[in-house]
Amino acid sequence: MKSSKITKENIKHLADLANLKLNDEELKKFPKQLSEILDYFKSLNQLDIKKVESTAQTTGLENVTREDKPDKSLDSDQALSNAKKKHKDFFITKAVLEK
Amino acid sequence: MNINELTLIKAKEGLEKKEFSSLELVEAFLKEIKKKNPKINAFIAVCEKEAFLEAKKADELIKKGVKKPLLGIPIAFKDNFLTKGIKTTAASKVLGDYIPVYNATAVKKLKEAGAIILGKTNMDAWAHGSSGETSDFGVTKNPYGNNRVPGGSSSGSAAAVGSGMALAATGTDTGGSVRLPGSFCNVVGLKPTYGRVSRYGIIAMASSLDSIGHLTKTVSDSALLLSVTAGQDKFDATTSPSSVGDYQKNLGKDIKGLKIGIPKEYFQEGLDKGVKDKIKEAINEFKKMGVKIEEVSLPHTKYALAVYYIIQPAEVSSNLARYDGIRYGSGREMFADEAKRRIMLGTFTLSSGYWEAYYLKAMKVRTLIKKDFDKVFGKVDALLTPVSPTLPFKIREKTADPLKMYLSDIYTVTANLAGIPGISVPAGFINNLPLGLQILGPHFSEDLLFRLAYHYEQKTEFYKKRPV
Repeated sequence: MKSSKITKENIKHLADLANLKLNDEELKKFPKQLSEILDYFKSLNQLDIKKVESTAQTTGLENVTREDKPDKSLDSDQALSNAKKKHKDFFITKAVLEK
Repeated sequence: MNINELTLIKAKEGLEKKEFSSLELVEAFLKEIKKKNPKINAFIAVCEKEAFLEAKKADELIKKGVKKPLLGIPIAFKDNFLTKGIKTTAASKVLGDYIPVYNATAVKKLKEAGAIILGKTNMDAWAHGSSGETSDFGVTKNPYGNNRVPGGSSSGSAAAVGSGMALAATGTDTGGSVRLPGSFCNVVGLKPTYGRVSRYGIIAMASSLDSIGHLTKTVSDSALLLSVTAGQDKFDATTSPSSVGDYQKNLGKDIKGLKIGIPKEYFQEGLDKGVKDKIKEAINEFKKMGVKIEEVSLPHTKYALAVYYIIQPAEVSSNLARYDGIRYGSGREMFADEAKRRIMLGTFTLSSGYWEAYYLKAMKVRTLIKKDFDKVFGKVDALLTPVSPTLPFKIREKTADPLKMYLSDIYTVTANLAGIPGISVPAGFINNLPLGLQILGPHFSEDLLFRLAYHYEQKTEFYKKRPV
């Protein structure tokens, strides 16, 4: 496992990736807290896991599919009912593409 | 008769025998909530108007002779269960004004069985926490000691049932969030097998670990509720097609000759001496009932917490990415401390260059942990362990040190990693503070867990000791 020292710069970069804004207090305490937590993970280095397969699904279900048949879903009024900003039948978002 | 002290089954019998109406039942709980909630803060919302309306409807049906498993029974719902038309916040200000337009499958099933929504319970925000202290709507207090935490993340649900403000309450368990507060509030907490109960409509925390359970006063109550909530759901592809039984049917069946394993790794350093002694007393109770006790080993246990705190925040960071404030809820600036910490941690362990070293490694060790259980269940029927290494701790005792808080989950995360069911049952008191024992079994062995827990509960009756 690589060095688990997390710097303030790392934290800023991670916050940027996760679309989070951190306040000064968080910028100060997160590097230490996250470094400690990552240090705790080092115990896993003791294990030889080269030949071990990973597990994501524990009860053995595989390739669960449904019939490809349309079903009813929310109508647009319902889907829009919690939106803070809307225009007719649309959500208003920030521009994604710029000219 | 004090209605607030009834178990769910007794309340059901009372309704059937017309000793009281559903309206009287609902009134009694609403009254208790008014009296106790200002101090305990177990409820984020109380659904007074809706509950009265539904109770009147239930009474009409009862009069007509209609029978349903939960007809006229008020139940509290953890505030991460989507309830149509009723605000659902996951105790986060991000969802402070979110009103779902559909019901979670578990809510739908409970309502169809006749249950009435009493209110929405407080919790650690997004279910991130072991103490109830990360709620954006205030800390929930332990009914057995108001300077103590009720355990989390299903803090409000456990405190509501433990204090007699609700007959039963739903919960979610991703790493112990039903079992730990169950233990801290002297109630029965069930974490079913992964995929036994649908996750549809429940605000996702870590999708490969989330289990949908509940908190009740007794084991029979827990069995009754699972018979209603369990089953395959076309809206959750991870639900199991295996059939759902009548979980109450076999409760009384003899347990003599069954084999319980005591995993030695759960009794080592870090376990409070008092808790250890109480669990040993419980093991003796099982011995007296003719259960065979055998020491076993789950050698990868010491890696479980590290594995859990890699996988869980990774899945959290992915699940919380959807909260953009566009379709519903407020913007990401509303996330509080703990959610931010987990999102950042998950973003880090999933990021390029680190993914293999952390996430993939954790997923591989998860396999080893699961294999430990597979192997041990070839030798014994079930396992008995503590739920928590300590008694309910003091409010603010662990909030400044996240790693210390995470260690509260050390005996519970393993079940989520392996996908197996677990139940926490009241196991006594130390200085009037409750503690629970945990029984774990193979996938889909809920029937057996209920049976073992039921016999122990009948013999000890710790659930009868209510808070002063």
